[in-house]
Amino acid sequence: MNLIVSSIGQGLLWALLGLGLYLTFRILDFCDMTVEGTFPLGAATAVTAITHGVSPLLATLLAVGTGMIAGLVTGLLYTKGKIPSLLAGILTMTAIYSVNLRIMGKSNISLLGKPTLFNGALKNLPQYFDSVTLGLIVIAIVTILMVAFLATDYGQAFIATGDNPTMAKAFGIHTDKMVIVGLMVSNGMVGLCGALIAQNNGYADVNMGIGTIVIALASIIIGEVAFGELTLNQRLVAVTLGSIIYRLILLAVLQLGFSANDLNLISSIVLAISMMIPQFEQHLNIKKPILRGVQPHE
Amino acid sequence: MSKPILELKNVQTVVNKGTSNETMILKGINLEINDGDFITIVGTNGAGKSTLFNVIGGNLRADNGQILHNGKDITNSSEEDRTAFLARVFQDPKLGTAPRMTVAENMLLATKRGERRHLIPRKLKQNMARFTKLAATMNNGLEDRMTTATGALSGGQRQALSFLMATLKRPDILLLDEHTAALDPHTSLNLLHATNERITHDHLTALMITHHLEDALTYGNRLIVLKDGQIKADFSGPEKEQLTVDKLYQYFED
Repeated sequence: MNLIVSSIGQGLLWALLGLGLYLTFRILDFCDMTVEGTFPLGAATAVTAITHGVSPLLATLLAVGTGMIAGLVTGLLYTKGKIPSLLAGILTMTAIYSVNLRIMGKSNISLLGKPTLFNGALKNLPQYFDSVTLGLIVIAIVTILMVAFLATDYGQAFIATGDNPTMAKAFGIHTDKMVIVGLMVSNGMVGLCGALIAQNNGYADVNMGIGTIVIALASIIIGEVAFGELTLNQRLVAVTLGSIIYRLILLAVLQLGFSANDLNLISSIVLAISMMIPQFEQHLNIKKPILRGVQPHE
Repeated sequence: MSKPILELKNVQTVVNKGTSNETMILKGINLEINDGDFITIVGTNGAGKSTLFNVIGGNLRADNGQILHNGKDITNSSEEDRTAFLARVFQDPKLGTAPRMTVAENMLLATKRGERRHLIPRKLKQNMARFTKLAATMNNGLEDRMTTATGALSGGQRQALSFLMATLKRPDILLLDEHTAALDPHTSLNLLHATNERITHDHLTALMITHHLEDALTYGNRLIVLKDGQIKADFSGPEKEQLTVDKLYQYFED
């Protein structure tokens, strides 16, 4: 039971990563590798700040800020520097590795005995319920903000930019600006995710970003495969559910006797299978999953 | 005579600059477009028709010459900025609409052409009745598909929507780049009728590229023949009315 609660808590916290990537990967149609750097950047920022006496809340907000800066860099490389999206993300991601070492001063910092968002007001909750509670609060706020944003004039222009840049430009939408804003918001969310996971784990490690993009994509794709055709707003909820399902799958696999060292291999296999399900669709007669991205709402 | 709404002065464009393939596409275009002009443009492939539209639209910069909008120099203003007064319909139905957004959402985007977009609620429901009424003017069932993603529409419906969107917020200049060429003859004729209706009814200023000489003669008050990057002929009024396909065809020979 504890393990299941723990998985749900992890799923909720990691869902931020999926939601962040949803903005770029699904809505802007931009495969942003930056997240592999932004995630540990958020962790490094928050943990370093906390060990220097900054309050956990402020440290977490700082992590959002550094994440947004990373997104800005990728956005500028892509829009102004005309570097292809994938490469722009890889460049930033690689550079962040050094930045993280600079921030932390070493490759691993522990939060042992330091205050975190999880041992403040949430201290008295039963084991693992702290992450479930905080995860629920953060995911609810972020999802509501995203839903509200996408239904504004600005948000609609943002969706159009990813959907048809030629048309967006022809109606006066500054698509470059939209891509930069999208990357900043997305990476801000990923930075937040890194900060929360680091506080939950009790440490930041310079290598903790490896495989994060696969985890984020897995949440998105599992959500889509599991729930089929949905409105845009429902899709955002499906990402969180996808993230929880992914954690439960991992739990099941670990129970089969695999070790934590196999996690990245398992993650990749889970994602690969999820992405291949549409191919098997006709043969296996599975309910038709929708992998088209942003779905019209209303 | 009032001042021209758009003026091109000796506009030249060069492609592959600095290479052995350097070619001049527009070789000094001089054109005055007056308020209410509906100009049809004909010319051979490679004559520079699309390039002319791109230079006016701003996604291609003129290498020489000047473009004036109401007397104001816009030669170096960006494509996005020009959308404040200019709207386009492309030949490819896929280019004109956002495929994953609904018909109504696309129309909502079009109402704010060239404007700053803010973090305020989009107000889709409040506009629904107006949009549905507008869609019904296209006579192709578009009004029944307001909440359908445009990617699921037929080419004809998509192109009709593109045209509607371009005219939803009145443009000073409307550029139609063979916007019925990808459609079947019947659908194409319907859209042409609707186009003509809207342009005459609203007194829009429009430029329309077409390969159909009959259409070029039937529609508009002015006709321009583009050849080898230059304006070879510019007929208007009675002169255009007396023009025949045979006479026009002579410009395409040799």
